[in-house]
Amino acid sequence: MRFSALKILREGLSGNRGWTPHWRDPAPKAEYDAVIIGGGGHGLSTAYYLAKNHGMTNIAVLEKGYLGGGNVGRNTTIVRANYFLPGNSEFYSHSLKLWEGLEEDLNYNVMHSQRGLINLFHSDGQRDAFARRGNAMINQGDDAVLLDREGVRRMLPYLDFEQGRFPIHGGLYHPRGGTARHDAVAWGYARGADSRGVDLIQNCEVTGIDIEGGRVTGVQTSRGPIRAKKVGIVVAGRSGQVAAMAGMRLPIESHVLQAFVTEGLKPVIDHVVSFGMGHFYISQSDKGGLVFGGDLDFYASYAQRGNLPMVEHVMEAGMTLMPMIGKAKVLRSWGGIMDMTPDGSPIIDRTGVEGLYLDAGWCYGGFKAVPASGWCMAHLMATDRPHEAAAGFRLDRFRDGYGLMDEEGTGAQHNLH
Amino acid sequence: MGDAVLLDRPDPEAGEAAWDGYLHLRDNPAGVTRDLWHHEAGCGAWLVVTRNTVTHAVEGAELAEAAAREGQA
Amino acid sequence: MRIDGKGLIDRGTRLGFTFDGHRYEGHPGDTLASALLANDVRLVGRSFKYHRPRGILTAGSEEPNALVTLHDGAHREPNARATVTELFDGLAARSQNRFPSLDWDLLAVNDLLSPFLGAGFYYKTFMWPRAFWEKLYEPAIRRAAGLGALSGQPDPDRHETAFAHCDLLVIGAGPAGLMAALTAGRAGADVILADEDLRPGGRLLSETLEIDGGPGVDWADTAVEELEALPNVRFMPRTAVTGAYDHGTYGALERLPRGPKRPVDCFWRIHARAAVLAAGALERPVGFADNDRPGVMMAGAVRGYLNRYGAAAGKAFVVFGNNDDAHRTALDLADAGLHVAAVIDSRHEARLSGPFDVHAGAQVIGTRGGRALEAVVIRHPNGRVESIAADCLAMSGGWNPSVHLTCHMGARPVWQEDIAAFVPPPGAVPGLIPAGAAAGVFSTHGCLASGAKAAREALEVLGITAAHAPLPEAEDAPYAIRPLWLVEGKGRAWLDFQNDVTAKDVKQAAQENFRSVEHMKRYTTQGMATDQGKNSNVAALAILADATGRTIPETGTTTFRPPYVPVPIAAMGAGGRGRGFAPERLTTSHAASLERGAPMIEAGLWFRPSWFPRGGETHWRQSCDREVRHVREAVGVTDVSTLGKIDIQGPDAATLLDFVYTNTFSTLKPGRVRYGLMLREDGFVMDDGTTARLGEQHYVMTTTTAAAGQVMRHLDFVTQVLKPGLDVSFTSVTEHWAQFAVAGPKARELLSGLLDTDLSDEAWPFMSCGEVRLSGIAARLFRISFSGETGFEIAVPARYGDSLFRLLVARAESLGGGAYGMEALNVLRIEKGFLTHAELHGRTTAFDLGMEGLMSRKKDFVGRTMAARPGLVDPERERLVGLKPIGPVKSLTSGAFLFEPEAEATRENAEGYTTSVAFSPTLGHFLALGFLKNGPERLGEKVRLVDHLRGYETLCEVIHPVAFDRDGGRARG
Repeated sequence: MRFSALKILREGLSGNRGWTPHWRDPAPKAEYDAVIIGGGGHGLSTAYYLAKNHGMTNIAVLEKGYLGGGNVGRNTTIVRANYFLPGNSEFYSHSLKLWEGLEEDLNYNVMHSQRGLINLFHSDGQRDAFARRGNAMINQGDDAVLLDREGVRRMLPYLDFEQGRFPIHGGLYHPRGGTARHDAVAWGYARGADSRGVDLIQNCEVTGIDIEGGRVTGVQTSRGPIRAKKVGIVVAGRSGQVAAMAGMRLPIESHVLQAFVTEGLKPVIDHVVSFGMGHFYISQSDKGGLVFGGDLDFYASYAQRGNLPMVEHVMEAGMTLMPMIGKAKVLRSWGGIMDMTPDGSPIIDRTGVEGLYLDAGWCYGGFKAVPASGWCMAHLMATDRPHEAAAGFRLDRFRDGYGLMDEEGTGAQHNLH
Repeated sequence: MGDAVLLDRPDPEAGEAAWDGYLHLRDNPAGVTRDLWHHEAGCGAWLVVTRNTVTHAVEGAELAEAAAREGQA
Repeated sequence: MRIDGKGLIDRGTRLGFTFDGHRYEGHPGDTLASALLANDVRLVGRSFKYHRPRGILTAGSEEPNALVTLHDGAHREPNARATVTELFDGLAARSQNRFPSLDWDLLAVNDLLSPFLGAGFYYKTFMWPRAFWEKLYEPAIRRAAGLGALSGQPDPDRHETAFAHCDLLVIGAGPAGLMAALTAGRAGADVILADEDLRPGGRLLSETLEIDGGPGVDWADTAVEELEALPNVRFMPRTAVTGAYDHGTYGALERLPRGPKRPVDCFWRIHARAAVLAAGALERPVGFADNDRPGVMMAGAVRGYLNRYGAAAGKAFVVFGNNDDAHRTALDLADAGLHVAAVIDSRHEARLSGPFDVHAGAQVIGTRGGRALEAVVIRHPNGRVESIAADCLAMSGGWNPSVHLTCHMGARPVWQEDIAAFVPPPGAVPGLIPAGAAAGVFSTHGCLASGAKAAREALEVLGITAAHAPLPEAEDAPYAIRPLWLVEGKGRAWLDFQNDVTAKDVKQAAQENFRSVEHMKRYTTQGMATDQGKNSNVAALAILADATGRTIPETGTTTFRPPYVPVPIAAMGAGGRGRGFAPERLTTSHAASLERGAPMIEAGLWFRPSWFPRGGETHWRQSCDREVRHVREAVGVTDVSTLGKIDIQGPDAATLLDFVYTNTFSTLKPGRVRYGLMLREDGFVMDDGTTARLGEQHYVMTTTTAAAGQVMRHLDFVTQVLKPGLDVSFTSVTEHWAQFAVAGPKARELLSGLLDTDLSDEAWPFMSCGEVRLSGIAARLFRISFSGETGFEIAVPARYGDSLFRLLVARAESLGGGAYGMEALNVLRIEKGFLTHAELHGRTTAFDLGMEGLMSRKKDFVGRTMAARPGLVDPERERLVGLKPIGPVKSLTSGAFLFEPEAEATRENAEGYTTSVAFSPTLGHFLALGFLKNGPERLGEKVRLVDHLRGYETLCEVIHPVAFDRDGGRARG
């Protein structure tokens, strides 16, 4: 079914009875050409591009809960291409271009809003570090503008330029950065994949990975065994458990990241803003709530919830940066499971088992990567070779030290990225 | 501050796999784990805490120094 | 209208207030909502999507409709619930989300378009033309979204945060909570009793129920009197416990009564060894066509307004419910002399007698009226349809125990069929025991018993025995209910009144295969409004269950999350306001620097002077260049106290240093200083600094300002975890010693006379150290140099810092020099190729920095093995170089990239980047430090520096990083 204003008009005039399911609910077949473990943003986009770019439609996505129920359903919705290290730079650039054509491609309004993103800096040293980042973005062919204090003030007059503990020296402005509606992205890819014949199997937990002679032959699930010569593990924070089914240990630690939303308010923040001296970044959703978050709670966790010390730190950062949000009331807080790697950058690679592929390690930056991750993982699964935009995301890079992408510069401690 | 495997620093000549395992690879359990905590704003003690990563229940804590001496004994 | 003889309000005092500019009167004890009802104001808001008229639905914080904006100017508070806003004289409230007025809202046209604006419509359109999304559609959607508006000005109010500890936290001061607190308080436990409301009693405040033969509210007041007389009990009214967290931690928001110079609220972090959740229950609506008309209210709220506030919500009432509890509303109204036109009970077996018609087995199928209710349409069991004139419809679909806190740690509630409600899952939050209505116990006696029992159980775990006291007398009526989620029929039945979600929307979601309750919620937005589904969750999931052929337990609930009631960001973030966000660390020379007009700059949490302006200087470069010349030609003084200083002592001190540094310190003789490089275990550089050996077993290590904390942590880790057998002690002495650099050709001249020692090169060679006396004070002297000139650093106990700084600067000035700040310090070190964290940025190795010579081959040290990974020693890596401009553009910038002169400035062609840049007055041109592929092998080559951001590029020559005094002779002189 094709969505459009005309369709809404027609359905509205006839009692809205004609809307068809966004996706089918098929029973799992005994065998597929490829199986993707994980029905989140990346798993669904991988399925979509396997079908669309590579003509592989006899595939299934196995999701243990409901589609999009993991991190894609609980993030702060930021979309940007402002990474500066080679390996990351080309990947996120590719992703942003896919975002820019996404609604048309999926025939689904993911509400991608390129409202602009500003990273504030608070010292000359920080300015120079952001200058390097901005120049790297432009070298990559993306967009960046270095704003001085007055430039920031014109754009974001509500920041505290007088009383704040850390003065605002300026900001790195990324005009093409912005936000998108997270659920819509998952549903758009799901619908797109399903309409091309991909089986989306919900409430199907993978309990084992079958390997014979060093190659994958299928998976065991709560809904029965499924044979497949190609299996992709795309489960974010659960990567450790699923990889263990294949006898693998991964360079991943799972941590909790909290995020918050306020009650709906009339428009007051028109950009995505991030603070440079405390963990805090904020935007305003199209429903009016201020959506914001900070850093990890720092302890390994699968609980999908965090504790008050980080909650208060995030609120404090918000208040020192933009005291006008004080009277906005936090409506809801939540947490996700972040798959943290030793350099803070992801993995899209083959594993030691033939036919078994891994897409993981997105830390807390996976949402913006949904399109390119799927694109590249699909390429990898279909051709058994990495896509050039993701060539840097090797599983072995920690072992041999080539191509580490440590954007934060904090080194091999998973929770410091 | 990281998984308690950091207590068991490999021999410098132990080889790539051992060091990769030490610094990077993790069991990452959804359940009981041992991790390292540092009482940074207090006495500076490092602790090994036995914790459940799903429920956050703390099952035990000991001084990392004691655990390290035991491990190296 | 106001009813005589009812209500806990103070009729003797009148309070004036305005709503949308109209003036009204109320009394102390009123809320804004009760006062509006008493003044017959029905229309209080407009719904989010369709802008349908909205009236007051409830009497509590779960209110979805009566959201107003309070106050003006910077104090403006959007989305305040009129139902919990305490009335005060002069209160000015405005309705929200309507234009131009509440009565005539233009966007009500949306309701006419509702067939096209159903669940998820915006995902199916607004895609074309593409440019319109950001230019037209999204701005329009954003302006229509949201309810109230922030003022846009900084919040001027004061907020606080605080901590509390107790044995038992009792959440809720209704009958269950009061009994729990009494039981625990009398047993001597340390108790905190918190209630969202401003006075105790909970549901008792709204009912005519009796306890011990007297009004329930009197019993509640007496109970609190007893509790407040106990030294071990704290009663916290106006305090909503907002979240349950790990290890017995609870968050709570205390709203303070208005007063001048008072904070408006306080956010508490309460650590409780045990807790009782006596949070009560919330009534739920019934779904039927047009059940959202102003005048349709919750039955419990209708009698609450009457009993607690003496406010009649109408003149002609109809009561509609599926349970016996709703009957109380009819009885209370009739007792007060109000006209109850009919009681509609959907259960055929319902029995009730009173001065009103009772229609058992009937259902309400619709309402009539414009912006307020005028008639209720019912369908009798025999099918006959009748219209009953009424201006208030009191509905009750039953009660939902407020289980929320028990589910904040991930558990789901349990469906209890006999009360048709969800109850807390047992043991979900360690130490938290539900009681009373929150546990699904609804009679007054039941609540009292349940509260007492819960307290006894909670205390037993703590080893405290509480006595079984006789309970007060109270009613114990059974709770009789037959579920009714939705009255089928034509018209739209509303579930989420704020987000305008109807039963049809839920069914459409199921039709489109959004079958999981989470999908339904996100697709329809049911439960995502400011009440977080308190008024709609259960009905919506019941309808979804029905539409998908599942039971309610099979369908399940969505996740419960803190906060239970919305909390202002300013309350949780109270500590962060302005400069309170982080400590300000000041050196001992801070005051003197300010006196000299130095602008101060942040270096982490520290403040350091940027430069020291002198008369006639109008631009910072004038000051900076002058200060550099002072150091190179005369003598300069700067405060270097902020660098980390760690005092290390013990027989194994040298062994420790050999392990944490790449180079060897056990060979360092006492009285000498050595530069050390410290790696992380992953082989990258963590920090550098100099370590001085003051004695056989005594070293003082310095770190950079930025990494001081990290290095301390590292030393703790090494000595406790990796090498616990070392006999060594260390402590941070950063704040103990004020330390100043005295640098320049006249450094010795400045210091002689001040120190009791011969400062010749023989007595104090380059890189020597020792103890000295300065005017009788025990001090330490280090002959080290970060400027590349003859330099000393003198350290005195911090209390002498201010006076020593002033003394040194005065002497420097008399020698033709003076104080120098961070800018000059940076220029000096760049001229010498010395590194800071601009170069040690966490991704550089000793190899990158040209320091592989400092990596001892004879010992193990932290980072040694991993630094040898092939990727870390690849010659193609970007390695340290210096750069000087040779093109027509003479300035350089930091963060710029380096390319072959003819190559296009793209990522693929980038060969390096600059990290530190300065104009060198010594050399007369700009200098940069940076990293370049194969850098050290390319000295003399030309590269193109491109800075897209600053719009510049220039040709540079690759030079050795030490641009001035290459062999370092000046420092050794």
